[in-house]
Amino acid sequence: MTLLLLILILLIGGVLAWAAARRSASAARWIALIAVLADFFITLNLWISKPAAGAGRWITEADWAWIPQIGVRFHLAVDGLSLLLLLLTFFLGVLSVLASWREITDAVGFFHLNLLWILAGIAGVFLAVDLFLFYFAWELMLVPMYFLIAIWGHEDRIYAAVKFFIFTQLSGLLMLIAILALFFVHHGATGVYTFEYEELLNTPMAPGAAMWMMLGFFIAFAVKLPVIVLHTWLPDAHTEAPTAGSVVLAGLLLKTGAYGMLRFVLPLFPDAAHAFAPVAMALGVAGILYGAFCAFGQTDLKRLVAYTSVSHLGFVLLGIFTWNSLALQGAVVTMICHGISTGALFIIAGAIQHRLHTREMGQMGGLWAVVPRLSGAALFFALASLGLPGLGDFVGEFLVLLGAYKQSILLSVLATVGVLFATFYALKLVQRAFQGQNTFNWSVPDLAPHEGLVMAVMIVALLWLGLYPRPVLTTFEPVVAQLEQLPAGR
Amino acid sequence: MTGLDFIALLPLLILAAATVIVMLAIAIHRCHALSAALTFVGLGASFGSLWISACRVPCKVTPLLLIDRYSLFYMGLITVASLVVVLLSYGYFEKLDGDHDELYILMLVATLGSAVLVSSNHFISFFLGLELLSVPLYGMIAYTRRRPLPLEAGVKYLVLAAVSATFMLFGMALVYGALGTMRFDQMATQLVLPGFDPWLVIPGLTLIITGFGFKLALAPFHIWTPDIYQGAPAPVAAYVATISKGAMFALLLRYFYQIEAQGQAPVMTVFAVIAIVSMCAGNILALLQDNVKRILAYSSIAHLGYLVVAFQASGQLAIIAVGFYLVAYFITMLGAFGIVAVLSGSAGDADSLSDYRGLFWRRPVVASVFTLMLFSLAGIPVTAGFIGKFYIVAAGASVAMWSQIIVLVVTSAIGLFYYLRIVVAIFSDSAGSADAGPAIALPGSVALGFLTAALVFLGVYPQPLLGLIRSLPPG
Repeated sequence: MTLLLLILILLIGGVLAWAAARRSASAARWIALIAVLADFFITLNLWISKPAAGAGRWITEADWAWIPQIGVRFHLAVDGLSLLLLLLTFFLGVLSVLASWREITDAVGFFHLNLLWILAGIAGVFLAVDLFLFYFAWELMLVPMYFLIAIWGHEDRIYAAVKFFIFTQLSGLLMLIAILALFFVHHGATGVYTFEYEELLNTPMAPGAAMWMMLGFFIAFAVKLPVIVLHTWLPDAHTEAPTAGSVVLAGLLLKTGAYGMLRFVLPLFPDAAHAFAPVAMALGVAGILYGAFCAFGQTDLKRLVAYTSVSHLGFVLLGIFTWNSLALQGAVVTMICHGISTGALFIIAGAIQHRLHTREMGQMGGLWAVVPRLSGAALFFALASLGLPGLGDFVGEFLVLLGAYKQSILLSVLATVGVLFATFYALKLVQRAFQGQNTFNWSVPDLAPHEGLVMAVMIVALLWLGLYPRPVLTTFEPVVAQLEQLPAGR
Repeated sequence: MTGLDFIALLPLLILAAATVIVMLAIAIHRCHALSAALTFVGLGASFGSLWISACRVPCKVTPLLLIDRYSLFYMGLITVASLVVVLLSYGYFEKLDGDHDELYILMLVATLGSAVLVSSNHFISFFLGLELLSVPLYGMIAYTRRRPLPLEAGVKYLVLAAVSATFMLFGMALVYGALGTMRFDQMATQLVLPGFDPWLVIPGLTLIITGFGFKLALAPFHIWTPDIYQGAPAPVAAYVATISKGAMFALLLRYFYQIEAQGQAPVMTVFAVIAIVSMCAGNILALLQDNVKRILAYSSIAHLGYLVVAFQASGQLAIIAVGFYLVAYFITMLGAFGIVAVLSGSAGDADSLSDYRGLFWRRPVVASVFTLMLFSLAGIPVTAGFIGKFYIVAAGASVAMWSQIIVLVVTSAIGLFYYLRIVVAIFSDSAGSADAGPAIALPGSVALGFLTAALVFLGVYPQPLLGLIRSLPPG
């Protein structure tokens, strides 16, 4: 019931915010903030009070019949992995509401309706354990995201929004085919029509069919992740979206792809995924290098950050398909830390654009003297992004590299080169934008108190994850253990 | 014929009586509101009488008509759709000059024809229903005859419909010549006997499929569709897109189900080609359009292609998929054309993309409804279109029709592009004035409200309708 409440609060909060905006824009902002905060604290409470490990697969669940004719159930459940991602969702949700506080002045109510509904869709994706419901939520989060980019985005927003929508929709339909194929294969083997996740696990199937179905899921998640070749929507969408949109895209939407790999691709098709793992790992490494290389070449601040996402999510893909406990832990930690550090970089980029009305780094320079607090925060997150020890990102990437070294020395060496590249782009960002001469004579206000608060919270979170990641690691330990025990696990 | 037969026929009889009553009422006193109200009441009474007939089914009334739960369900769908079209027409034609009463007579006759179609069990009643549906449509399409486009559309439809009817008639003659019967239920038994001549039956069936293809606007028989949709007044276009096609599709399913054509490989190959060509043609050609009604026309071609995919997957899942998708398609198309109808003024139909620019900022409610309808056409969740598309893919996957499923998926992703074009226009900044234009007449808002509620309800809780459709075997 709590789980349904999480989604309902967001859906209803969105509608209320829309209705309230007719009277006052700030009322809409407050309603949205309260709704997401409420969800955050409910989830936090769930995390703190969660029962000890070993009490079954799920920490808590909610289950109702929905379309009994084909065995569709409204079944929500949460385990360690989804709990952490839910926390991240609401954490970044709160921050994106705060980040939009000054930036969004047009159609404030409709903006918050969309923002909260995206969060609801993402929460649905992390919670659903019925494959029909999962697909439902998967598709549902696209529409408000599309509006967020298309209405409040920057110059080239329509192109970016349509590209984003079509990429994800097409790949989603491939997943739908795979879901249905699995549904009928399971029916053929057992005579039961069901979309229930736990029942579909261990469905006996022919290797060829399993490979095709696995690819259907993989492509859908690979577009979201994004895996190189399927990533081309990402720089456009991230760059053109408003700040909150970029934060949600980079921090959360990409994580739904990684989550899908962990939750569905590996457990449902262990043999096919095992056979495919070398290809996926190579794609991951290619993404790390390509993303870092492209990021170095960008002059647009947001575009640079967008390409770093391609690079960091390459680590996640590498970690997932390396498929040992070290790498899997590293992948999950990278997912969470990337959400925070990249989210923060997008908030900084948004704050700069709001002040300077440009994202071109050629137009900046010498900002450190003008906006010291903002520049300091930017330096901090740039360092986090390049993997400075002591910050969360380092923990994740280090674990992934350690795990991958056991599998393939070549790939882990190449991935380490990617970390080196990260130093270049992170330092380029700081040097171009904040150091040097203030040739354009910028004179703009520094971070406002509420922006400073956002930055402080994110800095603390990253430090905590970097210095004391144990609570997080233990939370999803059972999930990693289950993944390792899969027939094909190593 | 016995008294029981008359009870089973009650929905048809009420429709016929309502036609006469409206005609007499016009002769006595010409009044748009009165004619529309009488039509509405007549259709409503016919809808209500479905429950009375339901106690007497299944019932063969003469060899011609078979009234069973299947035909009653589609009669219900057709009548409700006609009720919506009446509501939309009232608001639409009230803004125009001239006499509008005769439109309602034509509409009642066409609805009667559709009801005959979905209950026919014989070539005679099939053809009778077809002509009863087509002939009033000529008049309805060209109803605003002082405008050039509707007149052109009406004549075009007249010529092409007449040609396709002759194709169909010839096909029926060939099938009759080979099998010696015109009753659907007897054809299956004839087809398994060795004695018949396949060189008569296969061309005959092909000609009949051609006739169906024309009425359903399946490629390559779709050329007329965009012109007619663009030319016809918006509520009439809604009628052509939904009721005329829905009745034909219900009949198609029943006819080919009864003659057990799923076992005839050549026939199924023809349908596979038609489905693939329709999905490609509809979705790709729609990309080139700037006129909302033409976009909807091509979209409807693609949607009928999806339906043919489900139709080929025999079995119960296919029947449910077709039934549910038709309902979703009815709601969505009526909704989309309904929006065009309520936004149109006396100057002409609001059908160019620029009419919709910034609509959301001027009229948020209407724009939201239109966006929902477009998302339903694209198969996005929370709308009936999503569940419908899900069932179609499921039906195809259940019999492993992978090539057609892949075409469906790829073309519907292409299709997303033109739906999004309209959505982009709706949500773009409106450069023009912020004035909202005239308020929407009450009947139109009632109709759109009903459609929106149905769309979302079926998208979230499809179970009752699925249960109903499951209990309707077409044979």
